[in-house]
Amino acid sequence: MKDARLLAVWCPDWPVVAACTASGTGQHVPVAVVDGNEIVATSAVARAEGVRRAMRKRMAESTCPELVVFEHDPQRDARFFEPVAEAVEELAPGIEVVEPGLVAVPARGPVNYFSSAERAAERIVDHIAARTNVEAQVGLADSLFAATKAAHRNMIVPPDRTAEFLRPLGVHELDAPELVDLLRRLGLKTLGAFADVPENAVASRFGGPATRQHRLARGLAERPLDKRRPAPELAVTETFDDPVERIDAAAFAAKILSERLHENLAARSLACTRLGIHARTEHDEELHRVWRAAEPLTPRGIADRVRWQLDGWLTRERLTSGIRTLTLEPVEVVNGTALQLGLWGHDDERAVRALLHVQGLLGPDGVLTPVLDGGRGPKERVRLVPWGDERTPAHNPDHPWPGRLPRAPATLADDPADLTDADGNEVGVTGRLELTAQPKKLAVRGRTQEVTAWAGPWPVDERWWAPDPHRAARIQVQTNDQAFLLIRRDQRWFLEGVYD
Amino acid sequence: MSRSATASLAALGVNPASELTSTTTDHTTGRVLPVRGELAGLLPWGGLRAGSTVSVGGSTSLLLALLAGATADGCWAAVVGLPQVGVLAAAELGVSVQRLALVPRPGSDPGPVIAALLDGIDLVAVACPLPPSLARRLTARARQRRAVLIAFGSWPSADVELTAESVRWNSLDDGAETLRRQQISVRSGGRGSAGRPRHVLLTFGEEEIELPLVAGEPARSDEPADAGPDQVDELAARRATTQEQPA
Repeated sequence: MKDARLLAVWCPDWPVVAACTASGTGQHVPVAVVDGNEIVATSAVARAEGVRRAMRKRMAESTCPELVVFEHDPQRDARFFEPVAEAVEELAPGIEVVEPGLVAVPARGPVNYFSSAERAAERIVDHIAARTNVEAQVGLADSLFAATKAAHRNMIVPPDRTAEFLRPLGVHELDAPELVDLLRRLGLKTLGAFADVPENAVASRFGGPATRQHRLARGLAERPLDKRRPAPELAVTETFDDPVERIDAAAFAAKILSERLHENLAARSLACTRLGIHARTEHDEELHRVWRAAEPLTPRGIADRVRWQLDGWLTRERLTSGIRTLTLEPVEVVNGTALQLGLWGHDDERAVRALLHVQGLLGPDGVLTPVLDGGRGPKERVRLVPWGDERTPAHNPDHPWPGRLPRAPATLADDPADLTDADGNEVGVTGRLELTAQPKKLAVRGRTQEVTAWAGPWPVDERWWAPDPHRAARIQVQTNDQAFLLIRRDQRWFLEGVYD
Repeated sequence: MSRSATASLAALGVNPASELTSTTTDHTTGRVLPVRGELAGLLPWGGLRAGSTVSVGGSTSLLLALLAGATADGCWAAVVGLPQVGVLAAAELGVSVQRLALVPRPGSDPGPVIAALLDGIDLVAVACPLPPSLARRLTARARQRRAVLIAFGSWPSADVELTAESVRWNSLDDGAETLRRQQISVRSGGRGSAGRPRHVLLTFGEEEIELPLVAGEPARSDEPADAGPDQVDELAARRATTQEQPA
């Protein structure tokens, strides 16, 4: 699971920091950002004066008369965050912007490079401060949710201790106000108490969306991992005759391209959860950024992120020319889960998620599901396909299969065996499908046993009568306390199964 | 229960109405997953109690038969660490293989894999050797997640222990017969209410078995199209039998 460790870089009070940077307001002033009539972010100075999030604007202003208030502006938040994201990227490649003020990056690279998580965190914080004069905190844990909570506390959670770290935290850490309210009324005050509720009970009592919050509380990834990459043809590209240099033109381009991407995905019943944005300028500068979303992105969600990103790039002074080509690439799509859950019923959701989780741990081939198929032998009649692949029989099931045995061995094997007659000579099979002698002894897996009875031979392929080097036959052999299935191929006996 | 499951059990000679226990919920034992009727007598709750650990030894057929009733009833099962498991035999014993997942090689650190399975799979059969401390943690995990952990081999903290003392088949009449009927002599024991030792002689399968070829598609309806009333009676007469033996 080491690969799943994430490093989160979090800038406290980001909407306030962005607003102050844009307006040149100093740090000693009490500042709040309001959305409509509600306070959504405050500066430390404002908090010391008693201004809180979710407070009414009027109430906040009467609490702290010198409060400077800015309107909430996601565009501004994103624009001023781009230099911070760049600073992180200079030390830790592969960053993903979760929201303005929060960046995630796989921890392995920077931790290995700086030889320890603590040093990596320290260097990243120092580098951001030196480059952008912004104060940042770093957290490290096994899931994005936990890494973010760790960053709020400037903490490095040791591997496999993520669930333990989350347990004592209050349920208000979940970004789901209605659920938090309900959990509190039920007396579930900590994430640990919520995590202990069985998942099926969560789904049935609190509804489907609560299961995602439940996953977060348990320290699991917000989605089961799916290592399959979306097909490259899902990406959409636009080349502009007039290079995009202004914000309004960028917004328009973002909207058009986002809709095209969404149509592409929707046609395949997919939704994007990680969005790659590539731009190339007139002077062939290459720009690239990945946005990561907790929920599958809506067309609006895609357009917002593209607009924010273009704004961030265009206002950056280092850009020497307008954007000529813009590409949106779905880096991660909700594929398996959505489709599988559609295929199986709601009752099977838990099982499907568990199997996808194991595939995340072991790779897609780590979980197999059997398909009963045409054929004769116990191995041909079962095809094992990776979980999630199409389950269709390869052979015509209506085909008659002479030589099929009524019972299959519970244990399969493929070991060389010696079957001999009373004189110790090997027993063979004739072209007329008869044994050359009565079998008396079976030697297999280092043990020789007396043959008490046998049955067969049965043909293995239909061209038994034709001269064919692959012709083969099966027999069942009983000893005192065991029963075996043997197959003869290429003039040799093999143990094919044990009837245990 | 789905029609295909009914069909495959009927094909085995198990009369689902009388012989297959159903999922029940009791305030003292909690949810109990159904098992094939002849296995009910081996288990203290008449089925597999959610959250319990059952160890199975001596017979892969016995392990697979334990998965049959619950998967036919819509539950999911996973088999971990048993790459040589005979899936066809499982299907013949009544396991609904479309709800069976195999994790043949759980890797050098099987703990997280098994734990993840216990989070969402109703029955998890584990056949890889594990250190006792991990085994106990997984038993606790199964209890917490209300899953059934089936240990193939010895396990330090099983609620019920099933041991196949012998596995016998109908004798092959040299060159003519074929293996059809399997008799497994099973001894059960365990902790608490499971502690009373019991002996049961299980008999599995006697007649031709048709299996659904495509997942979820019944190979035939509940009554075989070509079977008249006499044949149906015959099927019922030949159904798997359970004999209590003195312990």
